[in-house]
Amino acid sequence: MKHLKHPFTQAVLLIVGSWAFFKFVIPLFPGSAPVPQSVVLQFTLIAAVGVLVYVSENEERWTQFKAPITATLVDANKKWLRGGLLTVIPLFIGFVVFQAARPTVGSTAQLRSIHPAPPGQITFQGRSLALEGLENPLRSRGSLEEHYETGKAIYYQNCMPCHGDLLDGQGHFGHGFNPTPLAFDRAGTIDNLQESFVFWRIAKGGPGLPREGTPWNSAMPVWEDFLTEDEIWAVTMFLYEQSGLEPRTWGEEGEEHD
Amino acid sequence: MMIDFLTLLQAAAEAGRSYGDFPAVGGRGAVWIAAEVHLMFAAFVLGVPMFAVITELIGIVGKDERYDKLSKEFTRLLVFAYSATALWGGMLLFLLTTLYPAFWGHMADIFSMSMWIYAGLFFVESFTLYLYYYGWDRWKSGRAKWGHWGLGLLLNVWGTIVMFIANGWLTYMMSPPEGTTVAEGLPDGVTMWNAIANATWMPINIHRLIANAVFGGSIVAAYAAYRFLAAKTPEEKAHYDWMGYVGTFIAIATFVVLPFAGYWLGREMYEYSQQMGVTMMGGFMSWLWIVQAILIGVLFLAANYYLWTGMGRIPGAERFLPYTKWMLLVLIVCWIVWGTPNTMIASRDEFAAMGGSRHPFLGVLGLMSGKNTAVNFMILTTFLSFLMYRRGNRIPTVTWAKAGTLTQGAMFVLSSAYVLWLGIYGYFVPTITRISYSVYQVAAVLACIIGVWAIDIFLMRGSQSRGEIRWGEMPDRSQYAIFVLAVTFTWLMGLMGFARSGIRQHWHVWEVMRDTSDRAVTPALGYAANMISLTVVIFLGLVAFIFWLGGLAERAVSKKPAPIGQPQAVTGG
Repeated sequence: MKHLKHPFTQAVLLIVGSWAFFKFVIPLFPGSAPVPQSVVLQFTLIAAVGVLVYVSENEERWTQFKAPITATLVDANKKWLRGGLLTVIPLFIGFVVFQAARPTVGSTAQLRSIHPAPPGQITFQGRSLALEGLENPLRSRGSLEEHYETGKAIYYQNCMPCHGDLLDGQGHFGHGFNPTPLAFDRAGTIDNLQESFVFWRIAKGGPGLPREGTPWNSAMPVWEDFLTEDEIWAVTMFLYEQSGLEPRTWGEEGEEHD
Repeated sequence: MMIDFLTLLQAAAEAGRSYGDFPAVGGRGAVWIAAEVHLMFAAFVLGVPMFAVITELIGIVGKDERYDKLSKEFTRLLVFAYSATALWGGMLLFLLTTLYPAFWGHMADIFSMSMWIYAGLFFVESFTLYLYYYGWDRWKSGRAKWGHWGLGLLLNVWGTIVMFIANGWLTYMMSPPEGTTVAEGLPDGVTMWNAIANATWMPINIHRLIANAVFGGSIVAAYAAYRFLAAKTPEEKAHYDWMGYVGTFIAIATFVVLPFAGYWLGREMYEYSQQMGVTMMGGFMSWLWIVQAILIGVLFLAANYYLWTGMGRIPGAERFLPYTKWMLLVLIVCWIVWGTPNTMIASRDEFAAMGGSRHPFLGVLGLMSGKNTAVNFMILTTFLSFLMYRRGNRIPTVTWAKAGTLTQGAMFVLSSAYVLWLGIYGYFVPTITRISYSVYQVAAVLACIIGVWAIDIFLMRGSQSRGEIRWGEMPDRSQYAIFVLAVTFTWLMGLMGFARSGIRQHWHVWEVMRDTSDRAVTPALGYAANMISLTVVIFLGLVAFIFWLGGLAERAVSKKPAPIGQPQAVTGG
């Protein structure tokens, strides 16, 4: 118990405990998943900086924290411990570096942008269409109920196999792709986008993604080859109605996505 | 197809005439380094005069010579830094004309008149600076002193105009006036004034004005830290400890308002071009904001660390020490939230386990609501640290002291609760509403800061002292926190410069003049980080040299350190 009150022990425990929390506890929360290695490392480093600030922000704690380190490095009676640590620590670091650098059959970690910048205008089925400021024309034309039904039919005929019955990206073909198809059933997905953005993504699919930020690894077909303009607007409307999310409107901007 | 081919040939032919090459780092790399280092020095020589005149004014009005000495010491650094700014500016000019002649021709076609004015003002500014510095001891009392202070004010006016002109050039590259086209290599539909007064000009002007004060403060504080560590006598240590505190205080106080100017700039970019806005915030540059969050987290932590360690030399401040660990916990949790990426760096296996690049649980923290809440809590916590530092050695004597302190506490609680509530509620409202919440959150925090501060001023009037601050009795490691602040501010400036410039992608002038060189590709973040680090090392290396020169000049004047009286308590800021 006495050792637990020592700043050095506290520091070690806090750092190891934080790492264990990010690595093993967060995945246990309902609906959670394993945390990528890069994020575990990032969080642990932040926690470690916090711990170092904690032990050094007042003189007394700092002196206590340094005492065992100084003693190990200087005291004559700690020769074996010193020798052992100076052997084991470099070996451990070497091992970690080796593990990180050795060739493996797995792919390297990559950064994938999920929000490509839309062009100002696109060519849709041979004619020019300005995306900026564009609204879903079906919202001011005909019956919303009918458009919703049309969109629903189109979704289940074309999109459901990948994006799923519940719009959760868990369609029966979806598991064949990596990354899996996008989910639309939660905040932070299509509610961050204007309908014209969704229209553009459906119309142009994976091949229409901008060159910046490649490789996109998207298997989304170019739906303008199969659907009419109204059909794409209808399915766009369906996505929002079904998920209960509201499309982003044109107005104040500034949403940060990362 | 034939037309495309001809266009390509034309572009290739033009490319041959339009671009030069530079050994090792390439043409773009050379311009990048020269522009960034020039900008860093320019920020320094524009930022330092701002508080040189403020501290001189405090000295005149308060009849406190310490402030006058401090102001002069700031200005001495300026004299050296000014030459470096001009040298790097000249280097940038030569590099642009030799490596990007066609682009330079385009800019000169529009801006030639403003370029001449710029050069003229630079000249006037230099001489004002020399008069200001070398006239210091001659015009040191009476009306002459006010005249001298006027020179400092003029120095700021010239510097600000110079910056505004240069900002006109670079913002034109980002947001040229609507309808600008290039006909026969000459811009059409654009005048010099509408090119300068473009959509992003004023937001950048304001953003840079504030950022310069932040930057200047942090570099001056770093100078003080360097002198503190090298100090031989307790008097010297006391003086530089105090100077470091003043510089850091100015840097942090002005830094708190910087995000608002940044927000305005970002909004103007979105308004101008949605594509540019999305590329910056949500597209391939979005990860840059995670790096920014990490860096600003470092700033907050270093600032708090400096204040907490500084409380060790304030009699009575030890009563606040038990709270600092909880404040640290808030800072760390908020830092983690702010730094949580929406799209994570992961292997394919990890992507598969998460069902995409967004983590199903942590992804919630990657959105604006969570991040804004975290940032606001970090600002409030830092303000609380400063308040504790300020009150460390004081005992209020007013009759309403307890009620006043309770009101201050209630303000903290209310604004924190409001920020938290909006942060949580933000997840359940449409995006456009959520964005507007960030303004309310910031307003709540600012209201708290202003309200608490106003009460504190009256609360501490006539307060008793628990003992004088023991200036100079700072642990050395606190000075390294000041270095961390300076390095991080500098790096951050390089990073944000890359963001602003990089979102033009393959355009010299957005949708007007295309970059047809083989370097038109927007660099990846890793490459950019290396380039930024290189510019930071060059800049700080030169700054270290200037610091050394500053010490050398002082020693040349007097072999003995000037007798500096033990500074009085200035925790009031």
